[in-house]
Amino acid sequence: MAEKLKVATTSLAGCFGCHMSFLDIDERLLALCEVAEFDRSPLTDIKHCSEQVDIGLIEGGLCNAENVHTLREFRNHCKILVAVGACAINGGIPAMRNHIRLEECLEEAYLDGVGVVNPHIPNDPELPLLLNKVHPIHEVVTVDYFLPGCPPSADVFWKFLTDLASGREPQLPYDLVHYD
Amino acid sequence: MNSNTITIDGREVPFTPGQTIIEAAMAADVYIPHLCHNPEFKPHGSCKLCTVQVNGRNCSACTMPAAEGQQVLNNTKELNETRRSITQMLFVEGNHCCPSCEKTGNCQLQAVGYYVGMLDTHFPHFFPSRHVDASHPDVMLDLDRCILCELCVRASRDVDGKTVFGIAGRGMQSHLVVNADSGKLVDTGMSAADKAAQVCPVGAILVKRTAYEHPIGQRTYDHGDIAEVSLEHDHALTGGDHG
Ligand code: SF4
Ligand code: SF4
Ligand code: SF4
Ligand code: FES
Repeated sequence: MAEKLKVATTSLAGCFGCHMSFLDIDERLLALCEVAEFDRSPLTDIKHCSEQVDIGLIEGGLCNAENVHTLREFRNHCKILVAVGACAINGGIPAMRNHIRLEECLEEAYLDGVGVVNPHIPNDPELPLLLNKVHPIHEVVTVDYFLPGCPPSADVFWKFLTDLASGREPQLPYDLVHYD
Repeated sequence: MNSNTITIDGREVPFTPGQTIIEAAMAADVYIPHLCHNPEFKPHGSCKLCTVQVNGRNCSACTMPAAEGQQVLNNTKELNETRRSITQMLFVEGNHCCPSCEKTGNCQLQAVGYYVGMLDTHFPHFFPSRHVDASHPDVMLDLDRCILCELCVRASRDVDGKTVFGIAGRGMQSHLVVNADSGKLVDTGMSAADKAAQVCPVGAILVKRTAYEHPIGQRTYDHGDIAEVSLEHDHALTGGDHG
């Protein structure tokens, strides 16, 4: 039997909606597991990529230093890197903070916002530093494929992965392409 | 004999003198991608999405008059790739967050993106700082999404007779302005019934309390692509298929 495709996934500045949508392929997951196995992913709780991963799926854009670090690890280990969803492709909803100064965002969230108790901007050294702006991942690494949508539907994941698994160039029909 | 015919991608297309290439094409059921062109208004020729090759030279199909014997290339790989780049540039120079936009599913920029096979934005995003004017009781203006097509400018001036909108600045600094001392829509004669409130191809001018009227699956471009929708719309306006 041919070796299974290694698939890694991660969520950067995303909401996990893309991962949930991926899981919406439901019982097709069983068929997928015949030809693919999960490597680093929140689904396996494996913390780092194997040396050689075939497909890396990235949900979310870049909002902090750790996101950039994780993205680089994926790029270094994944033969094919895929930007999944609006956030990874163009920053998406988190990028709506881009025209507001970072300081103001933090003040609003942790000091002055409605209902804030114990006003204090988190400063634990374990916390990754925020970037001034949220960026799409193609601004930092080369991306091989893009799956638009917020989130892309389960059928998008299915079509894309089955195309790749059977050696076809992935193609999304009109009905599966949407930016929202 | 002068037969008043041009060829588009090898197909003969008749025209009536005075028609532009895009008008002749649409009448003959040939879609040429466009954004700043609207059959109800005088051409503006700013978005360049309708770029075609006429006898070997690139030009805008919405401003170029049709002339006997023109050999026009429209639906070619090269032109469509150029159109994809233009569309990507329009996306990155504004703030287009489709998942949170009231126009999504009914937006021409988005639909053109689908038509030209745009899956990513390719270029670095500008993330410009633009403002939202919610001052008017019935009309919203969100400049994040404005593509400077000037359709609202043309509609307000030529149809509504109000000149509510204008474009100020040049090049990268160009931006839409509202014709009032305060710069606010509420201080103009704008009304939700104005043509200017209806023509925006994107979600920059919206009539309040109409957002998300149609659920996903029933929006303009959910089933038909922009080529089909725009040809249908054109025929409805010009009184049927005369190609
Ligand atoms: S694209 Fe949408 S669903 Fe996916 S992570 Fe971003 S916000 Fe969530
Ligand atoms: S105006 Fe169109 S392209 Fe821009 S965010 Fe809204 S739906 Fe998307
Ligand atoms: S507000 Fe809309 S109609 Fe007016 S110039 Fe901008 S995109 Fe065009
Ligand atoms: S449609 Fe012709 S330039 Fe915009």
